[in-house]
Amino acid sequence: MSKIKEVLLNPIFNDNPIALQILGICSALAITGSLYPTLIMCVALTVVVSFSSLLVSLIRNHIPNNIRIIVQMTIIATLVMLVDELLQAFDYETSRTLSVFVGLIITNCIVMGRAEAFAMQNGPWLSFVDGLGNGLGYSIILILLAFIKELLGAGTLFGFEILPLVQNGGWYVGNNFLLLAPSSFFLIGLMIWGLRSWKTEQVEVPKYRVAKNSLESEEGA
Amino acid sequence: MRNNDTISKTLLVAILLCLFCSAIISYTAVSLKDLQEANVRLDKQKKILASAKILDENKTVEELFGSIESKIINLDTGRYDSSINLSSFSERDYARDVNTSTVLSVDQDIATLKRRENYQKVYLHYQNDKLSAIILPVRGYGLWGTLYGFLALESDFKTIIGLEFYQHKETAGLGAEVDNPRWKALWEGKKISSETGEILISVIKGSVDKTSPKAQYQVDGLSGATITGRGVSNLLSFWLGDLGYGPYMKEMLSKDENADV
Repeated sequence: MSKIKEVLLNPIFNDNPIALQILGICSALAITGSLYPTLIMCVALTVVVSFSSLLVSLIRNHIPNNIRIIVQMTIIATLVMLVDELLQAFDYETSRTLSVFVGLIITNCIVMGRAEAFAMQNGPWLSFVDGLGNGLGYSIILILLAFIKELLGAGTLFGFEILPLVQNGGWYVGNNFLLLAPSSFFLIGLMIWGLRSWKTEQVEVPKYRVAKNSLESEEGA
Repeated sequence: MRNNDTISKTLLVAILLCLFCSAIISYTAVSLKDLQEANVRLDKQKKILASAKILDENKTVEELFGSIESKIINLDTGRYDSSINLSSFSERDYARDVNTSTVLSVDQDIATLKRRENYQKVYLHYQNDKLSAIILPVRGYGLWGTLYGFLALESDFKTIIGLEFYQHKETAGLGAEVDNPRWKALWEGKKISSETGEILISVIKGSVDKTSPKAQYQVDGLSGATITGRGVSNLLSFWLGDLGYGPYMKEMLSKDENADV
């Protein structure tokens, strides 16, 4: 039981796919301009990553080693296409907002990474939970990003006005930069800083240290 | 440990997996197709109604669309052409087909369309048996891609009722503000052309000076979306010009005069 809990909860703060492994940045940059599409994207990714892990794990003993990446990709692509078809049928507006980014879940490193690194070695149930955990880890960062970006960029949350914008007769001057993709770099950077100050074991050991200035001592001699 | 790496096992796994996955995808795609197409159609109809400001919360789109008549026009002659099947007409197919489109030269192609279809479907709205709105499909390049929309004009072919885009790839929060109701409201009542028929409507940079005589042809730009605004101006000048609906509007206006006599 504790193993399952660990597999589920670890990716959320201790081993976050975005903040620690720095994977899946592409969609974190591109679709976090407003909360609702971001939420749908998170659900889509979580569904894809958990079910692809489950399916890969189910047939892991039969996957020939030399085509394993293609096999994983085929399973992931199938799931993504399913999600895309369902979105187009049941939530057309959002599917248009997300446009190519639903399709790009296929190339999202988190999904591939979990299939290759976890599902190939573990049982179906545990793999499913691992996928779920990673999906949640991804979601929490994306939702935080979208919350900040939509609130401070457009003054709304889920499209409802929170801070009335100057151009709509209010007082708040929206931060246009936050509505553009690159702002996520800064926000994710700040989040990683925050997370690593809180969980100091995530701080990487520097590869080298700058040596002390030796000139002084030579002069002294 | 089983040996999975023989050629026969590899082929077997690959083929089985492909068959299984393609069966699932095909089944979903086919069974959801009707729903998806209905969504696309409904969205487009909603935009058509919205551009003419006849969208009504209390009525269904189908109900409202009953008052709209669609017709195919020949863009070169400006006349109605009933030889083309209304329901199967698609501007994209016609614009792609060499036989039904015209290649635009660089200086003609201000909206970056490359080819323009020779026929177009227009929508007419009648109120108490009088033509009250003409809804024209327009499209043109913005910043990231082509904007597709509808421009609704009053029966004088001069006054704008509304402009709606149903598909575009502009930046969320900046160019995508073409969907902002407040911005769309600015279009109502603007004139597309001067007395002499020159197309003057444009999106300007910044706010319109209301005292200027040109104010009736100008719409405020969207801040942070200069290129999208320019794209909107260009696509309107193209579609309202001689290569777009120019001949059709002339035809309709001259018909009106004859009818009065």
